[in-house]
Amino acid sequence: MNPVLSIAQKELKDGLRNRWIVAITLIFALLAIGISWFGAAASGVIGFTSIPNTIISLASLAVFLIPLISLLLAYDAIVGEDEDGTLLLLLTYPLTKGQLLIGKLLGHASILGISTTIGFGAAAIIISIFASNVDLVGLYKAFGLFIVSATLLGVCFVAIAYIISGLVTEKSKAAGMALISWFMFVLVFDLALLGILVATEGKFNAELFPYLLLLNPTDVFRLINLVGFDAVGTGLITIAADVNFSIYTLLLALVGWVLVPIGIAYGVFIKRKL
Amino acid sequence: MKIIDIVNASMKFGNVTALEDLTLSIDEGEVLGLFGHNGAGKTTTMKLILGLLSPSAGKVSVFGHTPYSQSFSQYRFKLGFLPENVSFYPQLTGREILHYFARLKKVDLKKSDQLLDEVGLSSACNRKVKTYSKGMKQRLGLAQAILTEPKLLLLDEPTVGLDPIATQDFYGMVDRLRNDGCAVILCSHVLPGVEKHINRAAILGGGKLQALGSLSELRDQASLPMTIDVHGMMDREKLCRRIDDYVMSANAINNESVRIKTVQSEKLSLLKEILNHPGVADIEIHPASLEDVYRHFVSANVQMQSHMEGAR
Repeated sequence: MNPVLSIAQKELKDGLRNRWIVAITLIFALLAIGISWFGAAASGVIGFTSIPNTIISLASLAVFLIPLISLLLAYDAIVGEDEDGTLLLLLTYPLTKGQLLIGKLLGHASILGISTTIGFGAAAIIISIFASNVDLVGLYKAFGLFIVSATLLGVCFVAIAYIISGLVTEKSKAAGMALISWFMFVLVFDLALLGILVATEGKFNAELFPYLLLLNPTDVFRLINLVGFDAVGTGLITIAADVNFSIYTLLLALVGWVLVPIGIAYGVFIKRKL
Repeated sequence: MKIIDIVNASMKFGNVTALEDLTLSIDEGEVLGLFGHNGAGKTTTMKLILGLLSPSAGKVSVFGHTPYSQSFSQYRFKLGFLPENVSFYPQLTGREILHYFARLKKVDLKKSDQLLDEVGLSSACNRKVKTYSKGMKQRLGLAQAILTEPKLLLLDEPTVGLDPIATQDFYGMVDRLRNDGCAVILCSHVLPGVEKHINRAAILGGGKLQALGSLSELRDQASLPMTIDVHGMMDREKLCRRIDDYVMSANAINNESVRIKTVQSEKLSLLKEILNHPGVADIEIHPASLEDVYRHFVSANVQMQSHMEGAR
């Protein structure tokens, strides 16, 4: 078997063994079902409301959760093996650093792919069974796109975790840096953009501004799950309404957000002292 | 055939020179002992051979190829390595871990189970490695190192944590591999017991090769005295006078014994004299041990260093 697949298989098995897959799947499923039934509870309605409402609320919650889960899943990928002494050993085996990294990425991506597909997929199926008057094609399409983009978002943060893992020499430091990067991407970035927008009273190059959202994978993810509907979203995301990004542009941006960090992680790993 | 050929290799990390001008080669079917204090450059040498580092200057070749190049990957199938401190994957069982390594080296999983048997882990192979003792982890490490019947085996402190019987078994295995033409590098702090199993010893100190050769060559180089104990009801003073020309020192250590220190070149003439002396019942000959040789070369190095520092 190709070494890349052997490594991916081990990561996936580890995911099953330490209950990560089960835990993430359950969280996703409960979250999705909960939101589709109680998402509109604030306005006094209980029960499934509409596909756009469900997906948009789901996206705004998943955007916090998925990066955090991915960072937790992968922060020790390199530094952990180094601490256990297995990194040194593996690199004397017939495999390159690139193969090791891609193998791990494949393994972690499968863990996230399986969990999001089963977790959110189960929610979609439950909705289609119990909710009345639902456009099934629209439902599955929306959830399909949601699952694909959620997995890509997760893999992007797995790659970011590898960069961190390759840079530090202690697991605990990697955990700390992972938390900081989560905070930056999920909270600080949007707040900073909003701050600039308010401080300049909206005069800051208005045409450029929506494109700045592409610099944050979490915003790209939210935009992807907006454009399918005629919704405008909430908060910062509304400024993208003028540009009308196509779904393909956004998906491409998210794929870029996987490829660039993995490239950087590879560079960091190559330079890492053993 | 030369398995390893290192020519004038140096390794610098920033301002620190970890290894200076090392020239060393190992043939197939040879066991080389690599000795030195902490920070002497043992690990750096190992990493150069394993291709985990590329030398700042000089050349390293393994199996006739550059170990730190990408294309070396295919030659790694014939290379076994036992790292000094490896805790493996604590949450996996010994068997799962060996299967993982076997898959990476494209070895039949049956062979890996057989190896678990050979290193004496078959009864513990379904337990998680976090429950293993140091010795058991060491045996698992050995098993993964010899998965492919390697042509080159690097062992870093292989007998740490092994009980005497397991140590013996381990050296038996090294002897067997050597007979099959495997080149072995044995890095160790534990000196007693290693002597019989190594062809040559390389002693590193302060990043430089202090001595290289078979044990008897090193003994000659160091001109370390051997110790001869003579026992028996004899006139000890007369004996001492008789052998005076051949010895460095001769002292009575108790009523019935004399301890003599001498050099290799005088050994036979001395023994003849002793044998002709009336009342001698037994003779014990102790050549300088690896430990003495090691101490000699390492302390020479330390003296040289302090001398140089004094000159500054």
